[in-house]
Amino acid sequence: MSGLAPVPDAEHESVPIGSNDDVVRARQLVRALAQQCKLSLVDQTKLVTAASELARNTLVYGGGGVMRVGLVRRDGRVGVTAVFEDSGPGIPDVDQALTDGWTSGGGLGLGLSGARRLVDDFTLQTEVGGGTQVAVTKWAR
Amino acid sequence: MTEQDIPARLVELLTAEQESLGAAWVEAVSRTLRGRISLAELDRELRELYAALVEGLRGGGLDWRGDAFGEVRALLAELSRTRARQGFTPTETATSVLAGKDVLAPSEDTSAGDVRAYLHLSKLIDALGLFTLEVYAKTREEIISAQAEQLMELSTPVVKLWEGVVAVPLVGTLDSARTQVVMEKLLQALVDTGSDQAIIDITGVPAVDTEVAQHLLKTVVAARLMGAECIISGIRPQIAQTIVALGIQFGDIVTKSSLADALKHALRRGDAAVVRPGGRA
Ligand SMILES: Nc1ncnc2c1ncn2[C@@H]1O[C@H](COP(=O)(O)OP(=O)(O)O)[C@@H](O)[C@H]1O
Ligand SMILES: [Mg+2]
Repeated sequence: MSGLAPVPDAEHESVPIGSNDDVVRARQLVRALAQQCKLSLVDQTKLVTAASELARNTLVYGGGGVMRVGLVRRDGRVGVTAVFEDSGPGIPDVDQALTDGWTSGGGLGLGLSGARRLVDDFTLQTEVGGGTQVAVTKWAR
Repeated sequence: MTEQDIPARLVELLTAEQESLGAAWVEAVSRTLRGRISLAELDRELRELYAALVEGLRGGGLDWRGDAFGEVRALLAELSRTRARQGFTPTETATSVLAGKDVLAPSEDTSAGDVRAYLHLSKLIDALGLFTLEVYAKTREEIISAQAEQLMELSTPVVKLWEGVVAVPLVGTLDSARTQVVMEKLLQALVDTGSDQAIIDITGVPAVDTEVAQHLLKTVVAARLMGAECIISGIRPQIAQTIVALGIQFGDIVTKSSLADALKHALRRGDAAVVRPGGRA
């Protein structure tokens, strides 16, 4: 999967997601950028939490992958975009995966659906056997 | 001299001057460590190693991975572990072994055949030096992860706030491993102090995701099974909004905005327990 990310090539960073420590690192990087583009404290927390959910899914269900994160500008607004990508098994039924409380593992089943509610833009691309890519953006107000 | 004869020749060369060569090795290494290890200890270490090396060559040729070199590898592993723990650098540690190459080297009047033997010895010592570094690196990693674990334990103190009330203030990023540790410690503290009220204060937590929430919920359920009640305090506005947006339901779990409010609530709820001296049955 490629070419889907709305992250500008100029200023994005890549973080491998292969362990719990990486999830923490990813979260910290997202927070730093959220602060840099002056998101409110609530929006910072929402974005960081969404990133935490998606990074963990990348690790647990995607078998590891990468997060790319950076600042984005559109229509005079600035925001933070984070893209989580893995080449794991993919999601066979996206609607089901986005249903509150549905989990194929032992989780609360609220990560994916919750992350969508926590951000402004949410796109999910997945292919069975081909991997999953989730991109989220939060805009400064 | 054929390839097969080399180890035997090396054994001869090394045993003939074992005393002086051993001393030279110790001397060379002690210069690089500048007195941070006692001469007596270094002497013992390296002479043991020297003897084991000779035995290895005698029994197993140049194959340092073989059984005959088991003793050599054990001594090297011990040496690198000690050095790593004492804070010596990788270079200093490897030098203890590699210095052997300068000592066990041909001189001007060494025969061509012996020069070849020394060349093989030098390769062997290189391999042993790398082995030493590998053990060193592994030991450092173990030390670091042990320290991380200790830090994790330290940074999650469970305190007895009042007779019958324990509290754990969570501070910093909650990863899954740490949340688990905290929760286990909290449940244990309930037992150890005979408390039936637990307060989990998350004032210092920057974000609560579904995994952390799940650990919190599980802890509350486990505490209930043990006859104790939990209160979650210090849920700040941004966390509250995030939890709501995620769709996490804390059900009938009591939540309070501050630790003080939580303590008041716990004391009221645990009233009967407080007036009864000596705790509960
Ligand atoms: N990157 C991914 N690759 C494959 N499957 C995924 C991925 N992310 C989510 N899923 C699927 O979507 C389900 C719902 O995810 P989520 O809402 O985060 O709940 P939970 O993590 O608690 O299971 C997961 O149980 C899993 O089956
Ligand atoms: Mg999840």
